[in-house]
Amino acid sequence: MEKFTVHTGRAVPLRRSNVDTDQIIPAHFLKRVTRDGFEDALFAAWRADPEFVLNRPERQGATVLVAGPEFGTGSSREHAVWALQNYGFKAVISSRFADIFRGNSLKNGLLTVVLPQEVVERLQSLTEADPAAEITVDLESGEVRADGVTAPFEMDENARWRLLNGLDDITLTLGHEDEIAAFEANRPSYKPRTLPRPAA
Amino acid sequence: MGRTIAEKVWDEHVIRRVEGEPDLLYIDLHMLHEVTSPQAFEALRLAGRSVRRTDLTIATEDHNVPTDVIDRISDPVSRNQIETLRRNCDEFGVRRHSLGDAEQGIVFVMGPQLGLIQPGMTVVCGDSHTSTLGAFGALAFGIGTSQVEHVLATQTLPMAPFRTMAVTVEGELPEGVTAKDLILAVIAEIGTGGGQGHVIEYRGEAIRGLSMEGRLTICNMSIEAGARAGMIAPDETTFAYLKGRPHAPQGEDWDAAVAYWKTLYTDQDAVFDKEVVIDAAALTPFVTWGTNPGQGAPLGSLIPAPESFTDPVERSAAERALSYMGLEAGTPLREVRVDTVFLGSCTNGRIEDLRAAADVLRGRRVAEGVRMLVVPGSAKVRLQAETEGLHQVFTEAGADWRFAGCSMCLGMNPDQLAPGERSASTSNRNFEGRQGKGGRTHLVSPVVAAATAVTGRLSSPADLLEA
Ligand code: SF4
Repeated sequence: MEKFTVHTGRAVPLRRSNVDTDQIIPAHFLKRVTRDGFEDALFAAWRADPEFVLNRPERQGATVLVAGPEFGTGSSREHAVWALQNYGFKAVISSRFADIFRGNSLKNGLLTVVLPQEVVERLQSLTEADPAAEITVDLESGEVRADGVTAPFEMDENARWRLLNGLDDITLTLGHEDEIAAFEANRPSYKPRTLPRPAA
Repeated sequence: MGRTIAEKVWDEHVIRRVEGEPDLLYIDLHMLHEVTSPQAFEALRLAGRSVRRTDLTIATEDHNVPTDVIDRISDPVSRNQIETLRRNCDEFGVRRHSLGDAEQGIVFVMGPQLGLIQPGMTVVCGDSHTSTLGAFGALAFGIGTSQVEHVLATQTLPMAPFRTMAVTVEGELPEGVTAKDLILAVIAEIGTGGGQGHVIEYRGEAIRGLSMEGRLTICNMSIEAGARAGMIAPDETTFAYLKGRPHAPQGEDWDAAVAYWKTLYTDQDAVFDKEVVIDAAALTPFVTWGTNPGQGAPLGSLIPAPESFTDPVERSAAERALSYMGLEAGTPLREVRVDTVFLGSCTNGRIEDLRAAADVLRGRRVAEGVRMLVVPGSAKVRLQAETEGLHQVFTEAGADWRFAGCSMCLGMNPDQLAPGERSASTSNRNFEGRQGKGGRTHLVSPVVAAATAVTGRLSSPADLLEA
């Protein structure tokens, strides 16, 4: 996983609530079997409108998405996270994220930061007034900073540690292989299997 | 202190619990489909890892398959995705039910019919509607592709415990009100974020009175309320459904299993983090008017005015939704005309759903200018329906009788809405473009879908009798 420590960049304000993962990446892009090349799929339906905020010249190269509440609801498609990352986003700020989306983002090193709705709206107003304004997302100090805004955010300690160090979950889990095997040895025999038991 | 059913199942699966770390949870069953697994298999391959428990893993093809034919996939990109799943399963030794196979179907229809989903299990799938399977008193939740890879490699997941929420539905559902109406009403009540971080346990008389299939419909849409999972305590209805299924325990194992399953209820003194009570008797057929599943209202009501929402975020969401949906506030929902009716999906693509819809359609015709797609949730459901002659009812009414798959639930396979087209759909998501770019979706129950097909306007079966 990509490490995340501190990031500073320009922002895109997205003043919509309930942005579901079907909006972040419509289903017909999910036919691909890769993890990359989804940058054009990001918000594809909305981007057909030249006035959509992502299409504005002043938003090109922005890396922080400041979104409305309930961001990432719906389908569990991790493609939504890949599309945001492929496009160049490093962090998303919202007052509420859907659980699966949030889990997916942190597994890929896309920082999803939860701030109170009023702070999110201040950041949106800030970048709307001055598209060149930068926002800093600092995972080390647990703070979002921008002109006139310093807002602490919470992050699960363990998730923070894994992000700061770019640690891979599977490697960590396989470190407990003996405990997994011990658990397996005690599973009840009535639990179903999808394959016949191998002949002894 | 007592525990909720969710906590009991969770505790039973903790392999490792250390302060400051997520719990390491054992996964009893991992289900796969073509859309969210290819990148996980590829990562396994790159890391030189294998699938730890192929005997706790199963795959099917559902999202990206056509439903008009089963012997070819014309879109080369879709074909490649299906072939990739087949190759991955064969290479890693995973059982798969491919197009044309007798067990093929929507993953959440296939699992229960095989008897693979049992009380007290932990079940995951790279799909948010894994919540469906909690109807058996299993802890079943959707995961992302990175977690799919993690489960393939380790049969475990590091997870922080979920919070618990009770949705108690008191009283009996009135005649003509279905599980779908109930869950749509629950979501409208608690909102699309109301269940966030929680496992919802559905309880109360109305829930106990539901069949297994009705319970599956309820738990299916837990994710639409933002919840991680839905659960219903197992009871005689659950045991009777499971008994004799291909993967249900047998003999002594059955007795041992049932003895354990009977311990899976929420203790009297257990405390939920959140509680909601719904009065079943007050419910009527419920449909959505907007672009998220929380934007719903009784069929007998008017499309709400955005100004009627006090919350500014909800108000602007309603404005956007009405403009996308091409609807005027104040219009009776019963006057909304549709072009398409979709009966199917993991919410309402099971045999009881088809029976209920066929009962409404028998001797009637789908309205001029309306197309109706009937898509069984699995090849087994299709076969059963044909044995009962339901397919004849549908085709005689002028509906299109299809093969199993996700079909028009999502705009991925060839079954899609055209821009501006409007559907009454028994699926679970009315998001913008969900059923095809520019398509407009009203979520409804199977009987409302059937009645709507007959009149061409959002209708309930009762409307047909009055007409
Ligand atoms: S039927 Fe719809 S919701 Fe269910 S698994 Fe398929 S695409 Fe997902």
